[in-house]
Amino acid sequence: MASMPDMSEHATRAARWRPAEIVFWLALLACGFLFPSRYLIMTEILRLGLFALSLDLILGYAGIVSLGHAAFFGVGAYSAGLIALHGFIPEPVLALIAAGLIAAVLGFFTSFLVIRGVDLTRLMVTLGIALLLEALAEKFSDITGGTDGLQGIVIQPIFGLFAFDIFGKVGFFYNLAVLFVLFLLARCIVHSPFGLSLRAIRNNPLRASAIGIPVNRRLIAIYTLAAFYAGVAGAVFTQTTALASLDVFSFERSADLMLVLVLGGTGYLYGGLIGAVVFKVLQDVFSSITPQYWMFWIGLVFVVVVMIGRERLHRWVMWLPHRVVQQFGRKASAAVSGGDAS
Amino acid sequence: MTIALETIGLNKQFGGLAVTQNLSLQIAAGARHALIGPNGAGKTTVINLLTGVLKPNSGCIRLEGNDITDLPVHRRVLQGLSRTFQINQLYPDLTPLETVGLAVSERLGHGGDWWRRMGTRGDVNDEIAENLARFHLLDVMNERTATLPYGKQRLLEIAVAIATKPRVLLLDEPAAGVPESERHDILAAVAALPREVTVLLIEHDMDLVFIFADRISVLVSGALLVEGSPDEVARDPRVKAVYLGEGADA
Repeated sequence: MASMPDMSEHATRAARWRPAEIVFWLALLACGFLFPSRYLIMTEILRLGLFALSLDLILGYAGIVSLGHAAFFGVGAYSAGLIALHGFIPEPVLALIAAGLIAAVLGFFTSFLVIRGVDLTRLMVTLGIALLLEALAEKFSDITGGTDGLQGIVIQPIFGLFAFDIFGKVGFFYNLAVLFVLFLLARCIVHSPFGLSLRAIRNNPLRASAIGIPVNRRLIAIYTLAAFYAGVAGAVFTQTTALASLDVFSFERSADLMLVLVLGGTGYLYGGLIGAVVFKVLQDVFSSITPQYWMFWIGLVFVVVVMIGRERLHRWVMWLPHRVVQQFGRKASAAVSGGDAS
Repeated sequence: MTIALETIGLNKQFGGLAVTQNLSLQIAAGARHALIGPNGAGKTTVINLLTGVLKPNSGCIRLEGNDITDLPVHRRVLQGLSRTFQINQLYPDLTPLETVGLAVSERLGHGGDWWRRMGTRGDVNDEIAENLARFHLLDVMNERTATLPYGKQRLLEIAVAIATKPRVLLLDEPAAGVPESERHDILAAVAALPREVTVLLIEHDMDLVFIFADRISVLVSGALLVEGSPDEVARDPRVKAVYLGEGADA
C-alpha cells in the first residue's frame, strides 16, 4: 500500500483538455474572421452542431435513440419566435434561456414515455411526439401562424448592444458563443460522476442499478437537459433567421440529425460538431455539382458510412482527420482499438 | 443470533409455473451461507427476488429487520445489499477505476454530482485506491474493461460489489468460467471478504461450497429441501438422491 498511485491524477485524466480541442475551438473562432462571406452556412453548421450535441448527450452517453428530436428544436424555435413577437422578453439571451426551459419542460414530461422500453419503442415514441407537435402547430394557426409560420419576428440587440446584421456576423458569433458555453457545460457534465453514470447505464443498465445508480432518475435528468439544448438550438435558429415555420418539427430534421451524429461519431461530444461540418460541406459541395440530385449523393455517402462503419471509414478514407478526432478523447481511440480487434 | 437477511413465505410464479414456493430463509449476520440446488431449482430467481429485479407474488424480504420487498434495485444496494453476477455484468467501455469510482460515488451520495469532475473528491479517491489495491486491479485500472483478461474481470465483478460496502453480499457462482490458473485469485478474494459482511453464496461447485460455507440451504423445485451445517447436508439422504438421481439425467 506504500506506493499508492495518485488517484485524482488518473481519475481526472479523461477530463483534461487536449491541444487538439483548443485548436478546434480557435479554428472555429478564426473562421468568423477568415470567411466573412460565408456567415450563413457557418452559422447553420454551428446550430446543427449544437443540435447534434443535444442528441449526443442522450444517444452517445445514455444510449437513448430518438427519431423525434426536432420536437424540442421546434418548441424552442416557436417559443423564441412568440417571445420576440409579443415582446415578452425583449433581450435575446434571456429569451433564449426561456425558450430552452420551455423545451426542457416538454422533455421532462415526455421522458417518462421514453425511458421505459427498448430502442424500437423509443424510436416510435419520439417520432410520434414530434409528428404530434407538428400537427398541433398547424392546427393552432392563430398562435403559430399555421403553414405560413410566424410572421414579422424582430429580434432586439443582444444585451441591448449587438444588433443582428444583414450579413449574419453577429448571428455567427452569437451562435458560436452559445455553442461554446453549452459545450463547456456538457463537457463538465460528461466527466462528472453523473455523466459517468450515464455511460454505465448505456453499457449495462442491469449492473448500473446493482451498484446503486437510480437509472430512471438519471435518464429523466439527461433527457430533460438534452431537450433544453435542442430547445436552445431551435431558439437560436429563430433568433438568427427571424423565422419559425412548421418544418422546425419535420421528420427530416430529426433524421438528418441522426445522420450528422452517426457521421461524426457518438459519445465524445465533438462527433456532433464534426458531423455537422462534414454534413453541411457535403451538402454544399454536392448541391453545387448537381443541384437536382445532391440528395442521391448524400444518401450514398450515408449508406457507405453505415455499411462500412464509421471507424473503418475514418481509418481508410479519412486517415488524417481521424488522427485529429483521436486527439479529442479516449473514446475515439477506444473505438479504433475495438475496430482492430474485430 | 441476529438475522441479516430473511425471506418469509416467498412465492413467485411465471404464468402457471411456481418457481419459488413458500421460501423462508434466514441468513445470520456474519454467516457464510451457501444456497445450492440442481439446475432449474430456481436459484437465479431467488437472487432476482432478493435484489429486486423481480417482485414476488407474495411473501416478504427483510434486510436487517427492515422490509425491503417493495424497494427498487438501487435502493436495496444503498441499504447494504449487493450482488455479483454469474455472468460478468460490467461496463465494457469503462475502466476499472471508473467502475469502482461510480459505485463509491453513489454510496457516498455524490453520484448525481454533475458540476465536478470524477476524481476531485479525496474521500472517493482514497476508497477507489484501497479497493483496487485489494483486488489486484491497480495495474489495469486505466484499461477498458472489455480488454481485461477474464480473471481480472471476475475480480472486478467482486471489487465493484464490495465498493458498495454491502453488509450482505450475494455471490452468484463467483468462480464460474474462470480458468484453473486464475481460480486461486478468485478464491482468495472470496476468502478474504471481511468477516462482518454476511455472504450468501449461490454455487454449483461443491468443492467451493464445502470449503467456504458454514451453513447450507438446498433448493429443489423452488422450495427449501434441507438446511443445515455442511456435514448435515452432506449426510442427508434426500440431498444425495437429488444430486445423484436428478443430476444424472440433467
